[in-house]
Amino acid sequence: MSVHRSTLLGLGLAALLMGSTAASAKTLVYCSEGSPENFTPALNTTGTSFDAARPVYNQLVEFERGSTKVVPGLAESWAMSDDGLTITFKLRKGVKWHSIGAFKPTRDFNADDVLFSFNRQWKPDHPFHKVSGGKYDYFADMDMPKLLKSLEKKDDLTVVMTLNEPNAPIMANLAMDFASIHSAEYAETLQKAGRLEQFDQVPVGTGPFSFVAYQKDAVIRFKTNKDYFGEKVLIDDLVYAITPDPTARYSKLKAGECSFVPFPRPADLAEMQKDPTLQVISQSGLNIAYWAFNVQKKPFDDKRVRQAFNMAIDKATIIRDVYLRAGQTAKNLIPPTLWSYNDAVKDYAYEPEKAKALLKEAGVATPMEIDLWYMPVQRPYNPNAKRIAEMMQADLAKVGVTAKLVTFEWGEYRKRAQQGEHTTAQLGWTGDNGDPDNFFFLRGCSGARAGGQNITKWCNKEFDDRLKKAVTLGDPAARTKLYEEMQVIMKEEAPDLTIAHSVVYEVMRKGVTGYKQSPFGAHKFVGVDIN
Amino acid sequence: MAADIADRAAEPVQRAVPGPLRSFWISFSENRGAVFGMAVLAFIVILAVFADWIAPYSPIDQFRDFTKLPPAWEASGNWKFPLGTDALGRDTLSRLIYGARVSLFIGLAVMVVSVLLGVTLGLVAAFSGGVIDTAIMRIMDLIISVPGLVLAILIVAVLGPSLANTIWAVTVVFLPRYVRLVRASAMGEIGKEYVTAARVAGVRRLRLMVMTVLPNCLAPLIVQAALGVSEAILEAAALGFLGLGAQPPIPEWGSMLADSREFIRSNPWIVTLPGLAILVTVISINLMGDGLRDALDPKLKRS
Amino acid sequence: MVMFFLKRAALTVPTFFALMFLTFVAIRLVPGDPVEVRTGERGISAERLAQFRAEYGLDQPVWKQFADYVWQLLHGDFGTSIVTNERVLTEFFQLFPATIELSFFAMVFAIGIGIPAGVVAALKRGSLFDQTLMGLSLTGFSMPIFWWGLLLIMLVSERLGWTPVSGRIDLIKYYFEPVTGFMLIDALLSGQPGAFRSALHHLVLPGIVLGTVPLATLARMTRSSMLEVLSEDYVRTARAKGLSPFRVVGLHALRNALIPVVTIIGLQVGSLMAGAVLTETIFSWPGVGKWLIESIGRRDYPALQGGILLISAVVILVNLTVDMLYGSIDPRIRHGR
Repeated sequence: MSVHRSTLLGLGLAALLMGSTAASAKTLVYCSEGSPENFTPALNTTGTSFDAARPVYNQLVEFERGSTKVVPGLAESWAMSDDGLTITFKLRKGVKWHSIGAFKPTRDFNADDVLFSFNRQWKPDHPFHKVSGGKYDYFADMDMPKLLKSLEKKDDLTVVMTLNEPNAPIMANLAMDFASIHSAEYAETLQKAGRLEQFDQVPVGTGPFSFVAYQKDAVIRFKTNKDYFGEKVLIDDLVYAITPDPTARYSKLKAGECSFVPFPRPADLAEMQKDPTLQVISQSGLNIAYWAFNVQKKPFDDKRVRQAFNMAIDKATIIRDVYLRAGQTAKNLIPPTLWSYNDAVKDYAYEPEKAKALLKEAGVATPMEIDLWYMPVQRPYNPNAKRIAEMMQADLAKVGVTAKLVTFEWGEYRKRAQQGEHTTAQLGWTGDNGDPDNFFFLRGCSGARAGGQNITKWCNKEFDDRLKKAVTLGDPAARTKLYEEMQVIMKEEAPDLTIAHSVVYEVMRKGVTGYKQSPFGAHKFVGVDIN
Repeated sequence: MAADIADRAAEPVQRAVPGPLRSFWISFSENRGAVFGMAVLAFIVILAVFADWIAPYSPIDQFRDFTKLPPAWEASGNWKFPLGTDALGRDTLSRLIYGARVSLFIGLAVMVVSVLLGVTLGLVAAFSGGVIDTAIMRIMDLIISVPGLVLAILIVAVLGPSLANTIWAVTVVFLPRYVRLVRASAMGEIGKEYVTAARVAGVRRLRLMVMTVLPNCLAPLIVQAALGVSEAILEAAALGFLGLGAQPPIPEWGSMLADSREFIRSNPWIVTLPGLAILVTVISINLMGDGLRDALDPKLKRS
Repeated sequence: MVMFFLKRAALTVPTFFALMFLTFVAIRLVPGDPVEVRTGERGISAERLAQFRAEYGLDQPVWKQFADYVWQLLHGDFGTSIVTNERVLTEFFQLFPATIELSFFAMVFAIGIGIPAGVVAALKRGSLFDQTLMGLSLTGFSMPIFWWGLLLIMLVSERLGWTPVSGRIDLIKYYFEPVTGFMLIDALLSGQPGAFRSALHHLVLPGIVLGTVPLATLARMTRSSMLEVLSEDYVRTARAKGLSPFRVVGLHALRNALIPVVTIIGLQVGSLMAGAVLTETIFSWPGVGKWLIESIGRRDYPALQGGILLISAVVILVNLTVDMLYGSIDPRIRHGR
């Protein structure tokens, strides 16, 4: 009898223990805003896709969690030559690759993987170059083909990168998502099996989490990589629940169906901040929203007109009503969190009477008609371009300007703006690598050509000379001086109206600890715990 | 005495049979729901037509100091804006009233265009027969096989989002039902003796189509058309909700709903009111349509 | 019978072909370039754009693109999505079960409540129940369903907390490999306790929203069809003979009343698909409706073409089946013109 009872007791205890261990498996649910296109960052440009692949990968160097500082990643150290043309990377030893499904790695991470990851994007004849579409936008956009002269393996743990010209931001480039390191062995295995497309659908990396499954438009699942070399992972499972509607994300957060939610609606922030079960964090975004004047179209070729328009808009009310105070008025192209920000620059005040006078002085006959382009989609730097356009339209009416609101499908919009079809257009920019050049190139002469990214089409020699010089200098102090001067020139010439830098909010449940907000808007869950 | 009897006998004859319009009205007014629907609709039409005088403000004026107010009876409300304001400080009541104009216009426009086109195609198909008939009917089958909203979205995506294109898109989606209706009715009539007689008498085809056959197809057509208005309003609102309808700052009920979605927790009134406006309008039109159906064609009477 | 079937089936072929042509043309007319749309603020250089257009065959003359497309289609290849680089057919079938499950649930809801309600209303014609039902069903199909969905989310999910907000199942507690793609079935197969309940729980609100309009329509139709039948001579005769109302209703009237109702159910499929687009958008339900809308925004031509074709094919097929069923029930249809 007692034997039976103690067995039962034992079994009961065991069941209880098993039950409790199962229940205490820590799962963090991140409610993401969209579906990834695939799991290879080199092929993507959207934050959504980067976030989806990020748990799985590492780069040679990485941005320290929560800052723009570049720290060692898969390369434990690097040395730059005096002329700035050669960088030698010493790779980390003993880094393990994930095992996914039938793939079991037979070796650790080494130089072959680095070469594979870059050559795939660089060399058109690489066996994997054309796989999954063959578009490596960031590799091209960060000018890597122009900069890279060669990439060589010295030995299993040493890689030498040679550049064509000295380029100060290159280390920051290598910390970006497109430079994620993939497994050359996995590629080989798939090649032999004839299933190359799987490479970008089922990712293998060295990162803190390994990929488990993706259910289209619904869920991505990851589990912790016990052999991760870096910062300790404190949770067991990571789940991305794809929830495109921000209101739904909030509801799920409140209900406990999500642990973490990005891009909350500004309208909900007040309520979220009062809620004791949630915590809201925020940080200035590495971005800028601006209203560009096409200087190639009369009368915006006249500096006075551009300055008048700057004075005609009530920016403070836009911040208050559209950004809902989750943004700060911008006076420069770069945000205050970026080095070389020139705080001494004075912004134009809201003075509609002065604006009217200035327009008259410039010989502009009112009422004047312009078109005002606005984006149809929400951007990180601009929560509601339509609403901002409507507010500007009302402000402009007061100085005798009739603005016609125009929009196109996002891709079409951007293309036409780059062609210079607009008279005035809203747009913006999110920084990629935390380097000022990454913002200022938007006003350079090379971008002012048709199809270029300088949609103001403004080309100013003094500005452009400084821009070209600053990117080659290795000394941050010298670069700072140049960028500060450029900001003064820009404000005076007013090729645009700098609207705002957004403040990026993230919301999570109270029990989530250890999360550090990234200036790049990246979401990383290593070092994060949930209670 | 004989005169008395004769007089009394003459009386009923004097009270002649009421004309078609009057008898229709008697039939229609028996249905209390229909009359109620008509009354509500009349009210909405008046609001739409006289919006400029009735609405307290312009629907596009922004009152930046009074954004996102709840209706006046709530704690933080303000009687200057009886139904509250939206995110840009535009008066909700005014926008709803002007929105009636937009929605009714769309509904009416879609109905008129699709009926005109539908009748034309339907009659042509019925009278031509053969290849033309088959071609027209196949195209109609094609339109029907793509789910309505999907087709409308596709058309608007091609033409670009605007008020006019919404009307075209919804018209195309609704076309088949009118074509089929008229064709079936017409073909039913064509077999009848009076048509054969008219033909033999030498009446030209067009005249035959329009003056002879068409009036006899009218009853079901009118009913469908009336109900079509309400459906058109719903489809247009759906397109507006998806951002594919009239563009800002035109106040359209569907896009007002879409804009208000973010306030679903903080300010539920902004979400409730435009939808309620759509609901009330559509219900009243449907009530009226039901009444029309019962009055016009007793065979179709749904009791 | 066979001839009837073949004739009907044959008619769908030209419709399908015309559909192919029309969607191809329409989608090509949609402004916006698929490659452009996916790029961020940067845009894309002219050379790279040309390179990718060449790869997707977008630089070929349009007729050649169409011919290629038809050729591939005949081989069962619906193209490859420009956005995800997956085969369109694969993507469609990954998402379609979710839409089917939702539609099925909505239909069960509509039939399960609508038909009995309509029958009862017909039997108790003029009563309070009847009038309430008529009022409710009128409201039901006058309702903009996107508003209805938002209202229900606001009240039921947020204020009352009775149902979850979105998704198909509780992701924290349950994970299992999808076998059929139908969450309810897969949950049962997984054997995890509570999984089925969670899946059902997630289906309730979207299902009710999607099923509201069919419910209203079916209730009305059933009622009027029932009323017509009840007023027929043979029913009155049966009643006069003293047969119990139940036998009269159950055996004779109901069966005959249901014939037009069955047709309507079949024809609802088209409007269910349209409704699914809105419902899936509001509830973030991962089905083909939502996918279609997103494909339009992304200018994903192959996905859009394939998606519209496949959805329409489903609708055509269901209509064909309904025609068959109707034809087999009612011989007049088969032999008449």
